[in-house]
Amino acid sequence: MSFAFTEDQQLLADSAARFLADKYGFDARRAAMRADGGWQRDTWRAFAELGWLALPLPEEHGGLGGSTVDTAVLMEAFGRHLVVEPYLATVVLGAEAVASAGTAEQKAAILPAVAEGGMLLALAHGEPASRFDLSRIDATATRAGDGWRLSGHKAVVLHADCADRLVVSARTSGTATDRDGITLFLVDPKAGGVTLRPYPTVDGLRGADVILDGAEVPGDAVLGPIGGGLAVVEAVVDRALVLLSAEAVGAMDATLRLTGEYLKTREQFGRPLSSFQVLQHRMVEMLQAQRFAHALCYRAAGAMDTTAGAERARAAAAVKAEAGRAAKRVGQEAIQLHGGMGMTDDMAVGHYFKRMTMIDMQFGNAGHHLRRFAGLA
Amino acid sequence: MELVLSPEDEAFRREVRAFLAEKMPPEFATRTDTGLRMSKEDHIRWQRILYDRGWIAASWPVEYGGTGWTAMQKHIFEEECALAGAPPLIPFGLVMVAPVLMAFGSQAQKDRYLPRILRSDDWWCQGYSEPGSGSDLASLRTKAVRDGDHYVVTGQKTWTTLAQHADMMFTLVRTSDTGKPQEGITFLLIDMHAPGVTVQPITTLDGSQEINSVFLDAVRVPVENRVGEEGKGWTYAKYLLGHERTSIAAVGRSKAQLRRLKAIARQEMSGGRPLLEDPDYALRVAQVELDLLALESLVLRVLHDETAGKGPSADPSFLKIKGTEVQQGLTELLMEAVGPYAMPFQPEAFRQENWNDEPVGPGYGPPLASQYFNWRKASIYGGSTEIQRNIIAKAVLGL
Repeated sequence: MSFAFTEDQQLLADSAARFLADKYGFDARRAAMRADGGWQRDTWRAFAELGWLALPLPEEHGGLGGSTVDTAVLMEAFGRHLVVEPYLATVVLGAEAVASAGTAEQKAAILPAVAEGGMLLALAHGEPASRFDLSRIDATATRAGDGWRLSGHKAVVLHADCADRLVVSARTSGTATDRDGITLFLVDPKAGGVTLRPYPTVDGLRGADVILDGAEVPGDAVLGPIGGGLAVVEAVVDRALVLLSAEAVGAMDATLRLTGEYLKTREQFGRPLSSFQVLQHRMVEMLQAQRFAHALCYRAAGAMDTTAGAERARAAAAVKAEAGRAAKRVGQEAIQLHGGMGMTDDMAVGHYFKRMTMIDMQFGNAGHHLRRFAGLA
Repeated sequence: MELVLSPEDEAFRREVRAFLAEKMPPEFATRTDTGLRMSKEDHIRWQRILYDRGWIAASWPVEYGGTGWTAMQKHIFEEECALAGAPPLIPFGLVMVAPVLMAFGSQAQKDRYLPRILRSDDWWCQGYSEPGSGSDLASLRTKAVRDGDHYVVTGQKTWTTLAQHADMMFTLVRTSDTGKPQEGITFLLIDMHAPGVTVQPITTLDGSQEINSVFLDAVRVPVENRVGEEGKGWTYAKYLLGHERTSIAAVGRSKAQLRRLKAIARQEMSGGRPLLEDPDYALRVAQVELDLLALESLVLRVLHDETAGKGPSADPSFLKIKGTEVQQGLTELLMEAVGPYAMPFQPEAFRQENWNDEPVGPGYGPPLASQYFNWRKASIYGGSTEIQRNIIAKAVLGL
């Protein structure tokens, strides 16, 4: 296990920091949120040109074959700038599912297009009754001629509203919570029987609930083994947990910087707030939380590519529990230290707070993953 | 550990309940339950219903039109109203400026404003904080310069809650720069419709607009609108802070929130069972419930001390800190209860009247994340948790 970045990783970190500092200030992010669809196609094209969309994809399908640590470097930079483009949905969740479970034809049809920025994906897995439980799937897929007919309700699907293809899970056998019997399908969201209810999210992203009402898909829409979809989803989500944690680590870092700057400039009782020891210690506690989450995050990122099964799951649960708890706490404290100013929509800190709160919620909060961590011992 | 009430108090509780059942418009309860915002008209309508019953001014002396209730009766009344889902009373007139007027106002001010406050004819707001003066309130800089029978007031107030509805603002202004900063502060009543007053809404991080900046540009305020003496404003403001401080604990509201939290956590499922049966979640709910029980216990003790005629203490600071923690703990658990459905931002579902569409996710879901974000304000306003700790350190521990 090495904690040092490779030369390539350092280059990636530097170029991401430069690009985002230049193009992705707070005002640019707000402009992106107000754009049609809630993010900018131009930015997405730039991500493609920089090779960021190709980064974790396999080399034989137009990717760069990067490691999870590589992607974590990028996600940490995204967290620092609260990037709203659909990277997690398309590259980390959707493309990863196709890359790990797809046939050669499916990969050839999808992955190069993702790498070039021409195709967007979303993972439609969780359901209203699932909460954080990945195996609780009630949506059904039944045979219809050579193809399948899908029915069910997929809840809070991140960036489903802009996706060209949805990766949808449904039961081909068994009942809710059975580990076996879940199958993945590639679904065109514009197909008959698919209805989207899109919305912005409280943290500035976009999402949709996806209602499947007898949606018909061809036989070659099946992604991965019939009945064996859960293992695919679990692996994809475990990696996403680490990468969400990386995003949290970056967001916490930016939040600490903003808060430190505020304390140094804001004067009350005739001196800067930063001179009050009681506030200094609060900042130190926040920094502690960020530093430990950061260290654990890169250790777990390494483990994603070198371990499997329970060991991999335990690493992912560990980092998401730690980073989720830290991010939520750092967000609360940052608002408090900003006082009334922290409550305003015009200050960036509130936007970090909201995103960090929702990172904790995505794919299971700190309590959920702490329990998982304990159960996997 | 139910509250043991005397037969008289028990009878009073039944009387309040019967009144609420009969006179409170049922849509208020629905609105409170679904997190829908109350409008200015809702508040005024409810306050006038209470006025008609003679119950609008629970803490005022009878001579001014108050109820003459005991401390326990006030507590029971507040709790029953909150549990019934009644709109909270807007405190700026009734609870904040009125006691100051009674203690320090001129006869003309009392005659003019107190009946109007009782009838909700004027909506009041509080002009204390300024962009440069938050926790350090005494450093405020809004200037009032005497010009004949008027003060000419220029400056900026901020975080002014619901100033967009207000007819009047009670304000701390600077009339002198000499001596200690506290000594040059004067308490003025400003007509919000006067020329030179501009209200600009501030959007908060949850997307709502309840606080404002109030710009004062050479606003002419008649000298008769000064409360008490020039330069004594700080004393009056401190009197106000020491007055009626048990409501800040919001015990009734938090009890209603706890009830709502449990109802939601019974409907939400986790691992095939109601979330409220999830041992980890249930323990966290229990912890907040316990905190609330302790909070209520201290409130009752403070009420008892008040009745026994003991002077002001630092207890309100304890109540503010703990009350805030309980409120924030409840909003956090409420947000977590709906899991992924905390994420969709559907403000129309709780800000728009007559929105007939169905939200995605459970019907109680849409306001929960926004409410959590919004309630972070509670540990900041009205003297932040840090300021309350300073007060306790000094006043109780003598540090």
